Amino acid sequence: MKTSDLVNLLATGDASVDRHPAARRYGLAIGAGVAAATLLMLGLLGVRHDLAEAIFLPMFWVKIAYVASLATASLLAVLRLSRPGQRLDWVPFVFVTPVLLMCILAASVLADAPPPMRLALLLGTTWSKCLPLIAMLSIPILIATLWAMQGLGPTRLRLAGAAAGLLSGAIGALVYSLHCPEMAAPFIAAWYLAGMLIPAAIGALLGRRLLRW
Amino acid sequence: MDATEARLRQLLIRGLNGESPAYHDFLTELCVHLRAFFKKRLTRLPDEVEDLVQEALLAIHNKRQTYDAGQPLTAWVHAIAKYKLVDLLRRRARHDLLNDPLDEEMDFLSCADSEAAEARRDLARLLDQLPDRQRLPIIHTKLEGLSVAETAQLTGMSASAVKVAVHRGLRALAALIRGDS
Repeated sequence: MKTSDLVNLLATGDASVDRHPAARRYGLAIGAGVAAATLLMLGLLGVRHDLAEAIFLPMFWVKIAYVASLATASLLAVLRLSRPGQRLDWVPFVFVTPVLLMCILAASVLADAPPPMRLALLLGTTWSKCLPLIAMLSIPILIATLWAMQGLGPTRLRLAGAAAGLLSGAIGALVYSLHCPEMAAPFIAAWYLAGMLIPAAIGALLGRRLLRW
Repeated sequence: MDATEARLRQLLIRGLNGESPAYHDFLTELCVHLRAFFKKRLTRLPDEVEDLVQEALLAIHNKRQTYDAGQPLTAWVHAIAKYKLVDLLRRRARHDLLNDPLDEEMDFLSCADSEAAEARRDLARLLDQLPDRQRLPIIHTKLEGLSVAETAQLTGMSASAVKVAVHRGLRALAALIRGDS
């Protein structure tokens, strides 16, 4: 085949394209993923029974804001890594900032607490369930996000997969926070991020195989 | 350098707005740069250069919706070309592990450098491997130059189904070229 024949083939007809493919694909993927994760959460776990009172506590909203800011930062990374030749630049700092702020809050809570209470603040009553449940809720979102990403053009597959995993983990944690009764900053600082790192690791491992084009 | 970037970018943007001649010029000029890029990096695999130019060309076409008009075109094209190059080298590394390399003497006769490099793939044969519902829309719109509406009438598909079929067909073609199946 001559290359000029291929050029003719590709240039014949209308080459115009959808102008916002990323918004459309991720909108669809995140919408479907959140719907699936919410159904899983409602079906298997249920919302926390004191939700009506919890929404008046500032710590409930601190938790939501923390997870939502991590989701936003991961989405920025995902969008950049979906297009060939775009750099991450300052995006990692956007992700690290809320993590640091939460760590500082957790440290101050631990410092204020009497020493015998500290371990309880860190482990809460549900630490052993938190990781697998956040990971489980993030799986449908991860599948949808990887689908959306593959149809665009990621070129650093491992990193892109990890970012997709972080995004799914953060959104999964957001859904989980409607069930999770834990309100202590040390718990959130330790276990929520750790829960998100599970899908991030899965994304990094699968990225090279599933995101190829 | 900057002038080339500006001109190519202009051609692509016009192409993405539906101007086929501009898009044709964009791809034609891009070939020259892609060939030089790959030649420089594949000095030991000269037979792969033209194949890779075509693979990259098809990738650029299939991923043209990911180009952001605010981004330097060079960065975008370079990232795709590099991705395809690394993909090829990785594939070859795996292939070479599984297959004994040819003897040096045999190798000497098997590689010849003909001036007008042609890729070793035959477009017609690749197209034959696609299912009819993708192959026919591609042949009508891309090789015979019919419009989407005419193709729709000819095949009994809806206009949007024709567009989707062409899009999917070219993606399938890219996968065939890459040797996925």
